[in-house]
Amino acid sequence: MKSISSELHAGKILISDGAWGTFLHDKGLKPGECPESWNLTRPDDVLDVARSYILAGADMIETNSFGGSRFKLKHYGLAEKTAEINEAAAKISRQAAGPDRHVLGSVGPTGIILMMGEVSAQELYDAFKEQAVALEQGGADAIIVETMSDLEEAVLAVKAARENTGCEVICTMTFEKTINGEYKTMMGISPAEIPEKLIDAGADIIGSNCGNGTKGMIEIAKELRQANPHIPILIHGNAGIPKYLKGQTVFNETPEETASYVSQLIEAGVNIIGGCCGTTPEHIRQIAEKIHDLSR
Amino acid sequence: MSETLEKIAHCIEFGKINKESPYPPDMKGQDGADEFTKEALEQGYSANDILQKGLIPGMEKVGLKFRENKIFVPQVLMSAKAMSTAMVHLKPYFQSGEVKRKGKFVIGTVAGDLHDIGKNLVSMMVEGAGWEVIDLGVDVSVDRFMKAVEDNPECVIGLSAMLTTTMVNMGTVVNTIKNKYPDRKVIIGGAPLNDDFCSEIGADFYSPDPQGAIEYMNALF
Repeated sequence: MKSISSELHAGKILISDGAWGTFLHDKGLKPGECPESWNLTRPDDVLDVARSYILAGADMIETNSFGGSRFKLKHYGLAEKTAEINEAAAKISRQAAGPDRHVLGSVGPTGIILMMGEVSAQELYDAFKEQAVALEQGGADAIIVETMSDLEEAVLAVKAARENTGCEVICTMTFEKTINGEYKTMMGISPAEIPEKLIDAGADIIGSNCGNGTKGMIEIAKELRQANPHIPILIHGNAGIPKYLKGQTVFNETPEETASYVSQLIEAGVNIIGGCCGTTPEHIRQIAEKIHDLSR
Repeated sequence: MSETLEKIAHCIEFGKINKESPYPPDMKGQDGADEFTKEALEQGYSANDILQKGLIPGMEKVGLKFRENKIFVPQVLMSAKAMSTAMVHLKPYFQSGEVKRKGKFVIGTVAGDLHDIGKNLVSMMVEGAGWEVIDLGVDVSVDRFMKAVEDNPECVIGLSAMLTTTMVNMGTVVNTIKNKYPDRKVIIGGAPLNDDFCSEIGADFYSPDPQGAIEYMNALF
């Protein structure tokens, strides 16, 4: 299989997958239940999520391992199953992806703030290493460190994946618009600040995920691209801002609306487009259709 | 106002914990909240004055700047650390009853949700505004909220949720509390929430930032 970077180098725009968490909740995952435990207890449902994105036209799919670090699994008494859960996650996605499509092993934040001094940088690095190694073992060919807001934690996770696996490494951070109109992470990091540090740490691809909808991602992508003219950029936007309607949470960015931003994202310098919370296989199908139309 | 109390407020605002702390860089080597609080007590200031004229004004500036996106989570955490360092010196005066707090605030992240960063920020800032805070932690069941409400008459209750899937559990907590204690005030916060959700579940107040919660609570008493 060609690497993602080499496919991008040939000038292709690639399609990534959509939401996992909200999808699993639709399948009956209860609030408070550990999503990653389904890799062991309900692998067929997880496989169904992965397959639906492949069928929608995704060139790559993530794994159900966002909260799969030892520090997150500890809350559910599953810390000792960290390797098993992550390996299973990658196996399931590889089964759906087949040999020709990419499996991105998902690594989310640990929820620990390093500067509070409760956990050392070495302990965080070791936890990310454990997760990344197990994901590669299960069949991931890339690691995606995502939803990061602390640049220091992101750098540790990227390094852990780079130094301990042969996987390509992707890192995306989550920005929100401040009242001054700038984009910043919760920890105050701007898009312009991230390329240099993440690339130094070993990232092959950078970008942004989650946030307040696909439209805001255009500005974020421009800022990333301005800071670095070459690094491939991946965007996984939310399907808008969640709204609460009669006992249910609704994401109101339609597949049509998401797809309508595709050409602007590409113009801004984006190389891979998929979705985050609230996006569905239909969102991905329409993104794929748009990309195919544009490349014709 | 006294110089020492102003210095305490300044240290809280900029997150200067003590002399050893390298943060913020432009205050390196200077005394921090720790030293100035000790000094103020030695100079004869009452613990109440230190709280009212030092810690609270310092934390209020932090709350306002955070709301205006002039500072972010790391700066708030350093300020909160500076505050808790100062509080250690004042603790005996709280315990003896010499210093009265504004009231009690019970806070927790609702059932099914393990996120604690937002909840901790609110908890620390409400404490810095002069309230006694009872932090129940994360994944707090309705029963545990009810027990805390029963144990702490006249408390204000704060509910936190980060996920769209767990925010719905706030409704159950609000209902259970209001059924038994209709006068008890319940405030809510968290990334996916808004005013519409607040009125739909019958909570009293939603704030997108800690300072809004503090202003609402201070106006109650």
